[in-house]
Amino acid sequence: MPKKIENVGCPYCGVCCDDLVVTVSDDGKQILEVENACAIGNQIFHHATGSERVKLPRLRQPDGTYKDISYDEAVDYAAKVLYNAKKPLIYGFGSTNCEGMAAAAKVAETAGAVLDNCASICHGSSFLAIFDNGYPSCTLGETKNRADVIVYWGANPAHAHPRHMSRYSIFPRGFFTGKGHKSRKIVVIDPRHTDTAQVADIHLQVKQGHDYELFDAFRAVVRGHEIPEEVAGIKRERILEVVEIMKKARFGTIFYGMGLCHSDGRNHNVDIAISLTRDLNDYTKWTIMAMRGHYNITGPGAVWSWQYGFPYCLDLTKKDIAHMNPGETSSVDLAMRDEVDAFINIGTDAGAHFPIEAVKHLRKHPWITIDPNICMASEISDLHIPVGIVGVEVPGIVYRMDNVPIQYRKVIDPPEGVISDEELFERIHKRLSELEAEEAAKGPAKAAPEGVRAEE
Amino acid sequence: MANRITLNMITQRSIEEGVAMEKGKTTPEYFEACSIIEMHDDDVRALGLVPNQLVRVTSECGNVVVKAVRGRQSLYPGLAFIPQGVWANQVVPPRTQATGEPQYSGFPVTVEPVNGEKRKSALELVQGAVGLWRGDQ
Repeated sequence: MPKKIENVGCPYCGVCCDDLVVTVSDDGKQILEVENACAIGNQIFHHATGSERVKLPRLRQPDGTYKDISYDEAVDYAAKVLYNAKKPLIYGFGSTNCEGMAAAAKVAETAGAVLDNCASICHGSSFLAIFDNGYPSCTLGETKNRADVIVYWGANPAHAHPRHMSRYSIFPRGFFTGKGHKSRKIVVIDPRHTDTAQVADIHLQVKQGHDYELFDAFRAVVRGHEIPEEVAGIKRERILEVVEIMKKARFGTIFYGMGLCHSDGRNHNVDIAISLTRDLNDYTKWTIMAMRGHYNITGPGAVWSWQYGFPYCLDLTKKDIAHMNPGETSSVDLAMRDEVDAFINIGTDAGAHFPIEAVKHLRKHPWITIDPNICMASEISDLHIPVGIVGVEVPGIVYRMDNVPIQYRKVIDPPEGVISDEELFERIHKRLSELEAEEAAKGPAKAAPEGVRAEE
Repeated sequence: MANRITLNMITQRSIEEGVAMEKGKTTPEYFEACSIIEMHDDDVRALGLVPNQLVRVTSECGNVVVKAVRGRQSLYPGLAFIPQGVWANQVVPPRTQATGEPQYSGFPVTVEPVNGEKRKSALELVQGAVGLWRGDQ
């Protein structure tokens, strides 16, 4: 008899919906039905048992084709690539669990690699702004239960986070928001009249790339100053109207997205958004939150900050002495300057989502892809290692966009023989350590550095 | 009627791209979801395009042929949109303003109609860029 599994977490976006109900077949091998998921989450679960899954590592041959190899051979190959590289880059991690991220960090430290995650091309700007200006944020539960004004700025959850509006921001009835949508004001600020703007009370069609100016105008008004007739394509009256709504809110949240991080200004756009939030707190309670993309892209920030003190762009070439400097140690910049000589793509698809110029630079060197599925990165790799899908075939901890950790479960087993990201990185680490030990055994032991011994 | 116009390009997620991506980036669904460009009607008229006509989009770092479609989410004149993904990233400049983040939104492109050319598949674009494309297999 088919089995229904309740409270399943969704491995798609940073909303981390954990109310999915998944029906699996008698033998536990097929996913028959997925309830409550959005169109994209639904596709992830149904795709898992598709016939196109890769079940063995594949190594590129001289004629350009792939040949199946064993996991032992793949682990040996990956360890040797890392061992021989002067400065390998291990990038991705949006779509894996925290256990896999911690194991990968061990590998990066041993290999002396650069360790980076998808925030590098996504909300990395947010980290830079938060370092400078703080993060007056909240949990999604607080927004659901308290917020009566919601602002989406440069974010389009109707497309990128399909259940964000229904679970947490616009539509749900919470403890102090019993009338749901009827008791909330929704403001969308975006250069396009997006599907999210369709459900807003007010849409400000800001001139693309001029968000900073508009934030500045908002701050000026909040602080009681005059502003010009028009700012960033928005009439003064509309700005005054929205600021008044924000000042009179009981509890408000600004959700912002790639419209700020991907446009001119980057971290400065986020920085001033945080400053506006702080200004509004002179009048009432306002919070701000980054619309994180992948379901666990908040995870590496939490895990690596705990391990090394930095959330992304970690240069571990000096092993346990971590160094972080986006622009210098960020993946795309490293690629464009040809500063890395091996690339591991894990839990993302740099082949599809990096600018093609960066892909061309990285592909001059060995490229290994670790991913459950065929993607652009896997199709240009020297080695593709398939792994189980976290949240479907592999359990683990993930961090929601509001930094709340959630235990994901598995609903089916991975294809026979396919291992998890965590096990794969542990095995690569073991082999890498063996290679280092073999090398150390060949030559004389390094002399202890001269110096003054610490007093006993 | 202009042969070519300059627009400000943005690339962001669309739900069609998200669904198709999870189905597979080599599927026809991903091809149709991502190899498109949306523009304002004024700009479409300025180029004299008929619906679904192919255009070449050229930026400071590359070019790509995509299909001009009328999107559901409207833009203002002068702004253009390609969903994030393989086709958009043929023209996204890798400059990062020292933050690590490429210029995915807000870069100038020229758009011009093309005749006798086809849109390339995702595999042809990516494998072709790194010398691994072996033709339709």
